[in-house]
Amino acid sequence: MIAELGQIALILALILALVQAALPMWGAARNDAALMAVARPAAYGQLLFLAVAFALLTSLFVIQDFSVLYVARNSNSLLPMAYRFSAVWGGHEGSLLLWVLILGIWTAAVARLSHALPQPVVARVLAVLGLISVGFLLFTALTSNPFDRVLPAWPDGNDLNPLLQDPGLIVHPPMLYTGYVGFAVAFAFAIAALIDGRLDERWVRWARPWTNVAWGFLTVGIALGSWWAYYELGWGGWWFWDAVENASFMPWLVGTALIHSQAVTEKRGGFVGWTLLLAIAAFSLSLLGTFLVRSGVLTSVHAFASDPGRGVFILTFLLIVVGGSLLLYAIRAPRIAREKTSAPVSRETLLLINNLMFTAAAAMVLIGTLAPLMFEALNLGKISVGPPYFGFQFLLLMVPVAVLMPFGPFARWGSENLGRFVPVLRIGLSAVVLALLLAALLGERFTLKSYLGVAGAAWVFAGITAFVWMRFRSAAKGRRFTAEMLGMSLAHFGLGVFVAGVLLVESLGIEKDVAMVPGQQVEAIGYRFDFVGVTTVRGPNYTAARGEVRVYDGERLIATLHPEKRNYLAGGQVMTETAIAPGLVRDIYVALGESLGAEGSWAVRLYIKPFIRWIWLGALLMMAGGFVTASDRRFRRQTPEPAMQEA
Amino acid sequence: MNPTRKRRLWLALFLLLAAAVAGTLITLALQENLNYLHTPSEAVRGEVPQDAAFRLGGVVREGSVVRTAGTLEVRFAVTDRVADFPVFYSGILPDLFREGQSVLARGRLSDGVFVAEEVLAKHDETYMPKEVADAIAASQAKHQNDTAADGAASEPAATAPADRLPDTNAGGGQ
Repeated sequence: MIAELGQIALILALILALVQAALPMWGAARNDAALMAVARPAAYGQLLFLAVAFALLTSLFVIQDFSVLYVARNSNSLLPMAYRFSAVWGGHEGSLLLWVLILGIWTAAVARLSHALPQPVVARVLAVLGLISVGFLLFTALTSNPFDRVLPAWPDGNDLNPLLQDPGLIVHPPMLYTGYVGFAVAFAFAIAALIDGRLDERWVRWARPWTNVAWGFLTVGIALGSWWAYYELGWGGWWFWDAVENASFMPWLVGTALIHSQAVTEKRGGFVGWTLLLAIAAFSLSLLGTFLVRSGVLTSVHAFASDPGRGVFILTFLLIVVGGSLLLYAIRAPRIAREKTSAPVSRETLLLINNLMFTAAAAMVLIGTLAPLMFEALNLGKISVGPPYFGFQFLLLMVPVAVLMPFGPFARWGSENLGRFVPVLRIGLSAVVLALLLAALLGERFTLKSYLGVAGAAWVFAGITAFVWMRFRSAAKGRRFTAEMLGMSLAHFGLGVFVAGVLLVESLGIEKDVAMVPGQQVEAIGYRFDFVGVTTVRGPNYTAARGEVRVYDGERLIATLHPEKRNYLAGGQVMTETAIAPGLVRDIYVALGESLGAEGSWAVRLYIKPFIRWIWLGALLMMAGGFVTASDRRFRRQTPEPAMQEA
Repeated sequence: MNPTRKRRLWLALFLLLAAAVAGTLITLALQENLNYLHTPSEAVRGEVPQDAAFRLGGVVREGSVVRTAGTLEVRFAVTDRVADFPVFYSGILPDLFREGQSVLARGRLSDGVFVAEEVLAKHDETYMPKEVADAIAASQAKHQNDTAADGAASEPAATAPADRLPDTNAGGGQ
């Protein structure tokens, strides 16, 4: 009964999405206020039914109705209660429902918070969002219905993939999707502006915080995924340039370019065509990511079982959305884009370089990700693209970004005198020299890469500190330090932290895979690992071999770690549970490999990861930067046109 | 030349240069980091890079895993149900590594043995990576064609469906 109700809720949401897509768009074209007014109620109604459908699917997991195929495939009677909730998005069908639900939330938020905008704009934006929702709801209903019954009901479920039975994975997908889907708002604005044939600066100002919030969520979503991979996959890596990681990273790169280019459009009326194109690109890449993950064309840790019908559907949808919006852009953009010129040395130029580097990085990742598909399609053999391809080029593209970043906030719009950069340059270089000296004195085993990380971070920190200090000094003269500036400083500071973390862990990390018998000790850069032995323990839905490793710094015991090798009872999968002693300057990371047979000996991974926490700390700072920027009151200043204001 | 034209010319030249640099870099980086996937049959016939790294995909032959006790050194054979190829690996095998399951190993040849730097088994029990399944199916199809052309009776193993791969070879537990 519950499953059928869920099905009905899903269909009602689809009908409302169709209404939301069609009527307001038509109303905006005919300037019919009654038709345009349909948009908001339709958006709220759609969200209501999506929420009902989602709640019903959740309840099916909680009561464990194994007559529903999706539940039977992704749950098991032994599954602990907390994971029954997250199992809802543990597979393909449920994650699609989550995707649409989040789109519904974004849409309703737009409907709720857009009263300051002219009615035709709101109508068109909501209609475009409705159209996207129609596509995804049709996809769910036709190819991936989570409420499908299976008869006879399975006696017990298949179990949730043990990799996903983890707290980090409860929050990673919702965060990531909130980011992905959030770019739909900027996209809808771009399309609405293109249809209307003009881009008002007030709309850009209104759209900016949405992009920043979406970008913040995407940042934290990606960071959570990276953190999860680090402790759960048990190889101690934090980024693999895996196709699915790339799929989430490309929208992030373009989104980063977009939030910078939107600033130029809002404040100077420049980069108009470019901002529109980036908005289209960011969301298109989100869709491409969904296609790559959901269609199963790529082999990856994330690839769910899939059927070709789904791939064809998403590919068609992708072609319609991307092709349609690019066509619209080609026809309309020349009319909208009235570019303002600026001097070669100006904040615009710096932001242009930022945009070039980030879009080039996105293109580079796209080429590397799609190359295996191209090769196969052209019958050139089966290939994979190794991580060095991405890593090296990414570093190359990010060096100019980090070098020029401190100058950005100081540069004036329009035209700037190079001489004004000299103080920044002086402060930055002094900081770099000082940091390098300190690193040479205190650091051990430092390589060129480690010094590069230290220098990069010092350069970025010095630039931001100088900027913040300058602004506070001038605050006395009545110039405020706005939330927007604070957000930017936080995000830029986060980038510095991230750079230091990446380069230090890549250059200084120690990875030892060793065979150990109980009682054996292994030394690594001043730490001593004492392998006590392995015992068997039982968990709620698994049994585990539980090792004990004591870590000493000199003679002092600093951590007793219990890595596990779990055997899940339902599916028989084997899972590594790492044990980590975290720290701001280093993680000690221990994972069990396998039993080696002789005398209770085990393969053990002993890793020391200096500064790895800085990678995620940096990402959290960037996220905070995005949110703080979005909170700037300037974006919410109500400047409605009296004539256009709706009743 | 008026200033607008001059600026456009510079911009065009700059873009051209940037595109050329980007193109060259990407091509070079791709060339150095491409890893081709090969099947055990190709490895046996010597149709694989002799000095460069490549990936070997197939199924871990049942009963072939031999560990040097108390060390991380392990030897096993990868099969596409037509031919087997020996693999040596010193390190920790992934959780999903098991006899009869598919693997992807990255490494290079050394004295007729594939020395793996990395062994991946990134899938659950029911599925095999599509590229491995395709490679195995292709290898078996080729084998069938070859044997049919020779007029020889085909081996039963050659007809095993690639997606299920029951071990139909006699003496599987060598």
